[in-house]
Amino acid sequence: MRHPVGGAAEIAAHRAPPQRPAEPERPQGRSRPGNLLDVLFRTTTLCFAGLVLLLILAIGTVLFAEAHLAFSHFGLKFLWTKEWDPVRESFGALPSIFGTLVSSFLAILIAVPVSMGIAIFLTEMAPPWLQKPVGLAVEMLAAVPSIIYGMWGLFSFAPIMARHVEPWLKHHLGFLPLFQGPPMGIGMMTAAIILAVMIIPFITSITRDVFALVPAMAKESAYGLGATTWEVVRNVVIPYTRTGIVGAIFLGLGRALGETMAVTFVIGNAHDISLSLLSPSNTISSTLANEFTEATSHLYVSSLIALGLILFLITTVILSVAKLLLWRIERQVVGSVR
Amino acid sequence: MSRHGGLRHRLRKAVNAVMMALSGVSALFGLFWLFWILKDLIHKGLPAFSVAFFTKLPTPPGMAGGGLVNGIVGTLLITAMATLIGVPVGILAGTYLAEYGRQSALAHAVRFVSDILTSAPSIVIGVFVYAILVQPMKGFSGLAGALALAIIMIPVVTRTTEEMLRLVPNALREAALALGAPYWKVILRVCYRRVLGGMTTGVLLAIARVAGETAPLLFTSLNNPYWNFNPLEPTGTLNVTIFNYAMSPYDDWRTKAWGAALLITLGVLATTIVARIAVSRTQRLGSQR
Repeated sequence: MRHPVGGAAEIAAHRAPPQRPAEPERPQGRSRPGNLLDVLFRTTTLCFAGLVLLLILAIGTVLFAEAHLAFSHFGLKFLWTKEWDPVRESFGALPSIFGTLVSSFLAILIAVPVSMGIAIFLTEMAPPWLQKPVGLAVEMLAAVPSIIYGMWGLFSFAPIMARHVEPWLKHHLGFLPLFQGPPMGIGMMTAAIILAVMIIPFITSITRDVFALVPAMAKESAYGLGATTWEVVRNVVIPYTRTGIVGAIFLGLGRALGETMAVTFVIGNAHDISLSLLSPSNTISSTLANEFTEATSHLYVSSLIALGLILFLITTVILSVAKLLLWRIERQVVGSVR
Repeated sequence: MSRHGGLRHRLRKAVNAVMMALSGVSALFGLFWLFWILKDLIHKGLPAFSVAFFTKLPTPPGMAGGGLVNGIVGTLLITAMATLIGVPVGILAGTYLAEYGRQSALAHAVRFVSDILTSAPSIVIGVFVYAILVQPMKGFSGLAGALALAIIMIPVVTRTTEEMLRLVPNALREAALALGAPYWKVILRVCYRRVLGGMTTGVLLAIARVAGETAPLLFTSLNNPYWNFNPLEPTGTLNVTIFNYAMSPYDDWRTKAWGAALLITLGVLATTIVARIAVSRTQRLGSQR
């Protein structure tokens, strides 16, 4: 059964639904013809369903209209201009886009192996009495509001990074361009780690759900041939659910790209592009959070909204891919059951 | 041959043990963060709790004392307004998906879009509401904040409602229809009643989700250090207060930010756990028929 959980009720929205037996014919909505109230109720619900559909179009359209000033002023060059100078009114999106993509990519690098590990633990390893509390606790990570991650990251986690982790990295790996600059604790790496913790519950719970779709018969056949648990996971479970796993990763990526408050606190907010993971950086969402209410001119506001539009387009594409992949594995499984 | 097989067997066992240990470690890794965050929240947030914290208005910057009562009330008011706007829309849209649209192309499109919207960056929703409400009305307002939160709630409530209604056995609908009840009455009086508990908890989950949101409020409801009950004026909320206070140089404000953070987290986690337990009970009832 699906458990819509937590601040992560949204996790549920992306999970594969339980396998249902073939549904019997539902009663058709049309009762006596001409029943005015029936038509009225149906139309009302239809309108509100349509409203959901319109909402996404409205968001895209409005952002596009408001961003128009920035794009007509800077042209498409806006996308790859490095400079962001409110005083001279010269705006370019590149540092924010770079920071958004890099921080999310690093977060995915950390979160995916951990999430897979937790999902394997929950489905193949943990005794039943442990599955529920551990699963619930991991999903609680998704319920903790993102501003809490940000504040905690700034005051509790960043000092530890600054005092212990980053000096160690500099000492041992300081010859790499990745670890240059003073160890301040705030910067790309801290942001990526916190982002990773935030998306672990999303990737975990969807991976766990698609793991559960693997027919017991397939797994037991492999066990019967003498396979170890890991061999079953690697040769049966993962190949069977590959589409779903990629979907789960894309969903996590979509979340990471749009995450605002957690990142804003710890990324350092500098419009720079640096190879070093220790240096402060910026993302689209943190730029918006920091500067939107301070933006004084029309061009400034429009440039910020243009950033918002870019973020909206990127996440919509990523989330659509995630959704399509998850739908495909659902259909694949339902097909193989019948 | 047998020795070789034994070696390989041992190697396979070893690989298995390592991989299983790693997956156990990742589970611990996940739990570790949760408990670390909760520990710090309680440790640093609890000292901020006092009678004044819950009853007094904030003091001017740098002055000790005062409380965050306006933010507590503001968060409750804005979340309540968001619920009033978002929940009816979500329930009706979900009703369409479960009762009328079902497998139609339109229903699939609505499901697809609402799942995308559920994960859409909340700050973008804030920008959208800024453009359609704050700019034309020439002012930040609690109503704008509530609308932003409502937009985040709608897809969540839509999908939960659909899920719940799909648990209602068809025999129940057919029985009511056979008695001559029109379909709208069947939905309102039979289906809704059957899943009332589940829908309530679904709504609770949606509330828990938006109650912790900060990003969409930053440039919609803004902030306000005073009492405000006018939805057309800027309204202070706990979340935005945390953002402002945590970034400030004053120790007293930072302590208050920890207190506010603990309060919000306790509220959200408690609602989530209660709702989750209730949901699994409803689903059991639903599947038992």
